[in-house]
Amino acid sequence: MSDFPILSLVTFLPLVGAFFILLIRGDNEVVARNARMTALWTSSITFFLSLLLWTGFDRKSAAFQFVEKNPWIESFDISYHMGVDGISVLFVLLSTLLTPICVLASWDAIKVRVREYMIAFLVLETLMVGMFCALDFVLFYIFFEGVLIPMFLIIGVWGGQRRVYAAFKFFLYTLTGSVLMLLAILAIYLQAGTTDVPTLLKYALPGDIQYWLWLAFFASFAVKVPMWPVHTWLPDAHVEAPTAGSVILAGVLLKMGAYGFLRFSVPMLPIATDFFTPMVFSLSIIAVIYTSLVALVQLDMKKLIAYSSVAHMGFVTLGIFTLNQQGVTGAIFQMLSHGIVSAALFLCVGVIYDRMHTREISRYGGLAERMPVYAFFFMIFMLASVGLPGTSGFVGEILILVGLFQVSTWAATLAATGVILGAAYMLWLYRRVIFGKLTKDDLKSIMDMNRREVAVFTPLLVLTILMGVYPGPFLEIIEVSVANLVDQHKTAMAAVEALSVSGR
Amino acid sequence: MLSMTQLMPALPEIVLACTCMALLMLGVFRGDSSTRSVSWIAVLALVVVGVVLTSVQSGRMVAFGGQFIVDDFAHFMKWLVIIGSSLAIIMSINFNEQESIARFEYPVLILFATLGMFMMVSANDLISLYVGLELQSLALYVVAAFRRDSLKSSEAGLKYFVLGALSSGMLLYGCSLIYGFAGTTSFDGLATLFKGLGGTGPSVGLVVGLVFLIAGLAFKVSAVPFHMWTPDVYEGAPTPVTAFFAVAPKIAAIALFIRVLTGPFGVLIADWQQVIVLISIASMVLGALAAIWQDNIKRLLAYSSIGHMGYALIGLAAGTEAGVRGILVYMTIYLAMNVGTFCCVLAMRRNGRMVEGISDLAGLARNQPMLALSLAIFMFSMAGIPPLAGFFGKLYIFLAAIESGLYTLAIIGVLASVIGSYYYLRIIKIMYFDEPAEVFDRTIGREVKIILVGTTLFVTFFIIRPDIVVSGAGTAARMLLAG
Repeated sequence: MSDFPILSLVTFLPLVGAFFILLIRGDNEVVARNARMTALWTSSITFFLSLLLWTGFDRKSAAFQFVEKNPWIESFDISYHMGVDGISVLFVLLSTLLTPICVLASWDAIKVRVREYMIAFLVLETLMVGMFCALDFVLFYIFFEGVLIPMFLIIGVWGGQRRVYAAFKFFLYTLTGSVLMLLAILAIYLQAGTTDVPTLLKYALPGDIQYWLWLAFFASFAVKVPMWPVHTWLPDAHVEAPTAGSVILAGVLLKMGAYGFLRFSVPMLPIATDFFTPMVFSLSIIAVIYTSLVALVQLDMKKLIAYSSVAHMGFVTLGIFTLNQQGVTGAIFQMLSHGIVSAALFLCVGVIYDRMHTREISRYGGLAERMPVYAFFFMIFMLASVGLPGTSGFVGEILILVGLFQVSTWAATLAATGVILGAAYMLWLYRRVIFGKLTKDDLKSIMDMNRREVAVFTPLLVLTILMGVYPGPFLEIIEVSVANLVDQHKTAMAAVEALSVSGR
Repeated sequence: MLSMTQLMPALPEIVLACTCMALLMLGVFRGDSSTRSVSWIAVLALVVVGVVLTSVQSGRMVAFGGQFIVDDFAHFMKWLVIIGSSLAIIMSINFNEQESIARFEYPVLILFATLGMFMMVSANDLISLYVGLELQSLALYVVAAFRRDSLKSSEAGLKYFVLGALSSGMLLYGCSLIYGFAGTTSFDGLATLFKGLGGTGPSVGLVVGLVFLIAGLAFKVSAVPFHMWTPDVYEGAPTPVTAFFAVAPKIAAIALFIRVLTGPFGVLIADWQQVIVLISIASMVLGALAAIWQDNIKRLLAYSSIGHMGYALIGLAAGTEAGVRGILVYMTIYLAMNVGTFCCVLAMRRNGRMVEGISDLAGLARNQPMLALSLAIFMFSMAGIPPLAGFFGKLYIFLAAIESGLYTLAIIGVLASVIGSYYYLRIIKIMYFDEPAEVFDRTIGREVKIILVGTTLFVTFFIIRPDIVVSGAGTAARMLLAG
């Protein structure tokens, strides 16, 4: 089992599918149909393969598993090093789950240049999965930044009215952060002589350069998360991206930043992490409260959900920087939950957008009459987003708040108000779209969800409920690695403390 | 008395020179009808020279009383020059016929220029440096104005000539100052002299001479503030010539730059480092900003190449082995990206006429998806986005910069690359997001298509085994700095 390169297979299988799609010949109709089928098959097989990670994962170990290591760039001492631990494995699964869902969700919505669209999504899947598996810093960076290429094209080619603006903004914002991180990676390489992540996790970088490196990492990850005040690319990108693009953006791409904090900033730069924690708290709390307020006044559904994403990710960064067991576990759980729930919410918007071609909230109302099934699905995901007990959103939020309370009562109190605001804007959105009288003429003939759409939502719904009522199996995977992370941080800080005491 | 063994290091140059003259004869006697065969023979000759180059034993060797040097560094650079020159000839064959400017002088001139570049790469003395540089430049002035009936092309040639002569003058002035204050023109002699200086530092005259020398060389690599000729010449010259200008002379000039500054003047790094840092920053920033407003693809690529030279000069500013290695890797990738991009520009022909506006590319992704894909790959690569080759070029350059403690330079560099990525993205946007314009003629020749596919594959799959290039570059850099 250990010799079987499961991670490489899961990572690069989509590329094989993309290659086959490239070879399809024939007229547009045939190409489109075959491209859809190939993409669906490839991504589904990839997903089932990735389930082997779930079954084969040793839940008692904090070490990296399914490790593959081959020499790659010897002149730079970079190896092709892949592996997952409790922090990353579930994100791999999230990525492989969302891709077939995206393919299915774009089945009818995407009518032009289907072949290129499917190729872009499969390439994107490779890059996302690779990023979560990479255990070499340069390899990570390549996947991390490579994501920009397909996403840029997805927003720009298949997006809405202001797609060009949104695509450029997305690309340039993210690139600016990333290049600074690249310099930090090079600096670490010159300091430690390696870019191998497991080695670096044990390497103690000198305290004085940690601050600069931390800021360089922060520039990259904060844009990706996105944290206030560098979140402004997100609403634009979300509104303009096609539905499936928003799903991946909210579901996986936003997690890349938070994952970066967990994998690199916190364990490699403990001193700087400790130093900058108050700043992260402040920014996150501003994000939670401010963007929730902004979400309240949105007229566009996608924009509203986009702002809610910023608020939810604010919770995640709060959780990560509590640096205790509950907080960090909660942050990871919240990321997974948000990955599923926000993806589902964007899909919900997509369902009615496909029918009415508008996302304006005021154009809807009383949909429950014509679309009961849709109303049901939307309600579950809306409540999960609010954090209702029994849904996945609750588990993450409560863990984060518990963790946060131990660190800072003030931060916890302020963050909790965010939960209330969250409930306000989501419930209000739901009321305006679903309830009330069906008065608008063009809505009177609207059709409920078809079977394909139900098939898209069902797995997400099951997961949302399952993670809400029985989070054990998920937490079990996360816990050991988080405990290890927290311990390491404590040890590192204790060493610094001892040093400064003896220095006196 | 010169014995054969002494000539051995210069064998590739000798073969090349003989071929040039033979081809000139052939062309003169057979007339313009022989253009096609002369071109292919020229390409073949370059391949043969490449083989000879490989078979000449490696290691550091000097000839002609120390004026001429051969080492792994020279080999590496000469290989790049050969690739650049031969591809430029192949790209021109069909083009020149279509534009009815097919003359046999063209491949011959390119070969002469190549010979000059070989001399530049192997120069080990200020005199041989100048001779090589002028041989190259004179041939280039002529090819720039090759479409002599076109006002633009003649203007390009003239402008290039006047400014080139000025820069040659500066270079020569610098050389004479150095000779006057050092008493020798030999690089080895200069190196010994500077090492003997100890802590006293060089005389003012030497430093002034060095600055003039740098100015002359900066002109040849079109670094800011000596870049003014580049956009006009790029725009005016026939496209294959522009492709040639973009790669081979730049490679040779960078090689010369490296050899002069890290060789004899290596000890004086404190005196020239700040100059190179300044030139590098100015090139990167201007290259990134000025290109944003360009509507002509060739002008845009001119500014892009100015920016790229800025990045290459970061490696020089580092002045270390890692820096030189970075430049060599960068130039190799730069070669592939530029040749490929110019192949795409060659395909921009509508109703029998070349078009050069960026807006003419509109909707190319739907008219010719494969061509658009190639160009998009080159653009992303030039912007330095992984996993494409351009990223690795930048990676090694910035590694060298950080290693040498040039943090400010590195940060300005990466930020300039973000600004620069804007205009590369603009081209992709026009190709992929905009509504299709009229289709292009599909007259791009088979050989150009092969080059295009080859460079695309190189840029895309460079990631799989970067070490093939990097280790070669590493050996070359090590040898240069050890010698």
